[in-house]
Amino acid sequence: MPKEVGWIWLVVALPLAGFLVNGALSFFRPTAKRAISTVGVGVLVAAFAVAFVMVRAIAAGAPEQAWVVSYWSWIPAGKLQLAFALQADQLSAVMMMVVTGVGALIHIFSVGYMGEDPGYARYFAYLNLFVFFMLLLVLGASFPVMFVGWEGVGLCSYLLIGFWYEEKANADAGKKAFIMNRIGDFGFLVAMFLLFRHVGSLDFAAVFAAAPTTFAVGGGTITLITLALFLGCTGKSAQIPLYTWLPDAMAGPTPVSALIHAATMVTAGVYLVARANVLFAMAPVSSAVVAGVGALTALFAATIALKQWDIKKVLAYSTVSQLGYMFLGVGVGAYADGIFHLVTHAFFKALLFLGSGSVIHVLHHAYHHTHRHEDAQDMRNMGGLAKYMPWTTAVMWAATLAIAGVPPFSGFFSKDEILSQAFERGHEAGIYYVYWVLGSVAALLTAFYMTRLMLYTFHGPNRTGEHEREHLREAPAVMTAPLVVLALGAVGAGALNLPAIAPSSAWLERFLEPVTRMSAFYLPEGQLGAGTEWSLLILATAVAAVGIFGAWWLLKPAALKAAREAPAEHGWQLVLARKYYVDELYDAVVVRPLVWFSDRVLWRTVDAFLIDGVAVNGAARVMRFFGWMGSQLQTGQVGVYVVLFIAGALVILRALLGGW
Amino acid sequence: MLLGPSLAVSAILFSLGVAGVLLRRNVIIIFMCIELMLNAVNLTFIALAQQLGPDGQVIVFFVMAVAAAEAAVGLAIIIAIYRHKQTLDVQNINLLRG
Repeated sequence: MPKEVGWIWLVVALPLAGFLVNGALSFFRPTAKRAISTVGVGVLVAAFAVAFVMVRAIAAGAPEQAWVVSYWSWIPAGKLQLAFALQADQLSAVMMMVVTGVGALIHIFSVGYMGEDPGYARYFAYLNLFVFFMLLLVLGASFPVMFVGWEGVGLCSYLLIGFWYEEKANADAGKKAFIMNRIGDFGFLVAMFLLFRHVGSLDFAAVFAAAPTTFAVGGGTITLITLALFLGCTGKSAQIPLYTWLPDAMAGPTPVSALIHAATMVTAGVYLVARANVLFAMAPVSSAVVAGVGALTALFAATIALKQWDIKKVLAYSTVSQLGYMFLGVGVGAYADGIFHLVTHAFFKALLFLGSGSVIHVLHHAYHHTHRHEDAQDMRNMGGLAKYMPWTTAVMWAATLAIAGVPPFSGFFSKDEILSQAFERGHEAGIYYVYWVLGSVAALLTAFYMTRLMLYTFHGPNRTGEHEREHLREAPAVMTAPLVVLALGAVGAGALNLPAIAPSSAWLERFLEPVTRMSAFYLPEGQLGAGTEWSLLILATAVAAVGIFGAWWLLKPAALKAAREAPAEHGWQLVLARKYYVDELYDAVVVRPLVWFSDRVLWRTVDAFLIDGVAVNGAARVMRFFGWMGSQLQTGQVGVYVVLFIAGALVILRALLGGW
Repeated sequence: MLLGPSLAVSAILFSLGVAGVLLRRNVIIIFMCIELMLNAVNLTFIALAQQLGPDGQVIVFFVMAVAAAEAAVGLAIIIAIYRHKQTLDVQNINLLRG
């Protein structure tokens, strides 16, 4: 193990130190913005530097097994001997780079975006804490350590969604995210209990080494464990059926949406499946479920994104949809491709969110100047911003082309790789062809709704308002500079993993090979012919082109009315705009019955009546009755006492004399 | 000595005392009945001491001493009650009713 890997604790500890310092500052010196920015951004940049050195060491060392650094005995309880241990391998290296790299850029962007917020110190404290937990999640060497990070990022997500908690809707969105995640966490816990019961350990290395001998391939136990794990993933990574929290999570500040709800936290589920690839590969049914849910979510969320007007909501559904692709990837056994899409998505989606953030920032300022209360996130209030914000427009186009899958932008390679892997699996089961079709249609819609977003936001006539127009200008450099860096990634990250037909192809796949090697044993060997591969590439390009030009041709930004004057939606458009009424459905089927049950049964019947009434007050009442009976003997009349006394004396006398 | 008649007399005296305590209402009468019961017991001690040795006679002195003390305290209480309540009827003295 090279000495650089010994610094792994530093990567985790730096953001934690940032949290502690900024947390203290938020109490004692909330106005010391320079210090807060320095600490908040500094720890991330330092963590990125350390991570970079470590990743070089990992790339050079190419460990077959993960390097585990154990720090202390965490839970020594009988058979369960759990160490607090971190591990460094190729997969955690990739994740570490994404978390610290994209995280650092988003921290820099936040300096500009949140600069005038009174909760500046609190914001950076939460953001640092989030990065700490996220790194714990991806670097933990056992399921429980990962789970601590898993819960921690959920907590930070809750805190940051409800960052502007003065408005009830924001606080509610935070609660919704937290509760939805708890449902998923239940699955994660069940999976851990089952793993411990069958394997007797929760360390990654031990579990994955023991899995092939402990479980039967395709057996019930392994299927149950992996499905329970996947339930955790659906919560954290916003897949059907637990996806509804993610669009609501847009209530938080936009950089938070970029960092937590696009680039890192929501991809934790994909990381989990990729990390436990042996388990999933041994459970083909679960893998098919993962891929199916992913493909379905990809299409479903993409259709909703078609009719959203809130720019962040479009991106939120787009994120749900792209996460669906990642699950399709890891579900069909293309673990490296799922991670590849995770990386490219982290670049272009963070870029899209930050770009929309700078648009919202500028619009918000304009409305603030003119004291008008318009929705700064509604695309109907934008339009024609390309003239005022050239840098933002340029980088947003780069990200749009990347997510739409236009070659040679990064999203093209990662999405195409996932779809062609799904196509390849079609030989063994026809269902994978269905997945491939779902994914391809979703790709078409992705290109369409992203072009729609760009057209309505940056092109066509400006709908902001007469007086606001003069306040429209490009965001400050501290915000545009991270965008440009991310744009480089969004354009070029595809080079990490070129398709098989290219020279020096599939670098990331080979890099991750030690992690995914064991699962390859259970997956069918298959290589698409070069002809098929070419056809799929051309088809994917055609799909993206149809989506983009279709949107260009069908949508008329010039005819769009500002949000205030916009006509009501109707018919099919209304169904999409209202997100298929899934929120309403969940409310009617789950939330209301649960509230009714809690109120009527649990509170009024069990708590108020049974526990308070019968058990607590009832016991007191019975005792008071006995006391009342005793008090009736105390008449205060001497005569009565004497009678009782004599009667008692006679009884004792009788007993002494003869007994009964 | 006539043990049987002595015990019979003391039993009668004791019963009279009990009956007085139970039936009369005037505190002073009740008090006197208690004295009567004490003296009935004294008579029993004396009678039995004829056969069982002098221990019983010694105890009689103790009883008389205690009775004297009791009389002092009891009469003081009765006076206090009378000053407070202007009555000596026990049915009117029920401050300890539960």
